[in-house]
Amino acid sequence: MTALSTLSDAQLVQRCRGGDPDAWNELVERFSRYVYAIATRGFRLGEADAEDVFQEVFTRVYTNLHKLRDDAAVRPWIAQLTRRLCLDTIAKKGREQPEAEAAPEEVDQGLAELDEAFAVREALAALPEACQEILGRFFTRDQSYRTISEELDLPSGTIASRIARCLGRLRVEIEGRSEGSGGSRE
Amino acid sequence: MTGSFDEERLGELLRLLRPAPDGWVRAAQELPFARRALDEIVERAEADLAFREALIADLERALEGAGYEPDERIVAELRERLHRR
Repeated sequence: MTALSTLSDAQLVQRCRGGDPDAWNELVERFSRYVYAIATRGFRLGEADAEDVFQEVFTRVYTNLHKLRDDAAVRPWIAQLTRRLCLDTIAKKGREQPEAEAAPEEVDQGLAELDEAFAVREALAALPEACQEILGRFFTRDQSYRTISEELDLPSGTIASRIARCLGRLRVEIEGRSEGSGGSRE
Repeated sequence: MTGSFDEERLGELLRLLRPAPDGWVRAAQELPFARRALDEIVERAEADLAFREALIADLERALEGAGYEPDERIVAELRERLHRR
């Protein structure tokens, strides 16, 4: 884990505003999954439209970062930007192909779930690197026990128990945050 | 964040945020460099009339000739900025 990944969102924004290129890399890294998920899962955009939205979101974030009034509110700001750009894309598509319209209540529900998922990822970032690695490989890269065992050089019989242990730690971290004890980024 | 999560629910939520394609992330990370290149090109176009005319005549070729990679977004923004002036 690098020092930048432990910064709060507000600290990261301040570093970006100061022109630190590594901070910008971290900001993109931190929010890339979220923006990608809003576009592809929340609004179900196709890859080409999602890519346009993704790049436009980060272009606007980069050029308008100085206008952000509350540095800690960068995530909702990015969410709002992404949502607006997705809606513009859908509206444009709707004019071309009227059936492309998305059901708003379905979208809202999906976006709320992505917010929860983002909070879980924030908590994950506070766990030891070994836990981040194994949970990331299993849940977001869909690697099998066998692949994880081979790539991490771990006995295959221990993978399931390690995943369960790390999920347990993740739950404790989330519960700690809910009770206000906070994590390293909070 | 509200509610409590069992392991199954945590797994579901972790699965929701898949990595964005590497190329997209890299392109977004390179934005500061792209913006600097863009500003540099515009400044040069303001100072060098021949360069400006070459850009207006054939933007992609002029950029390549001047050693810049004609990235699609940069080209679009540059075209807009050149025509605004």
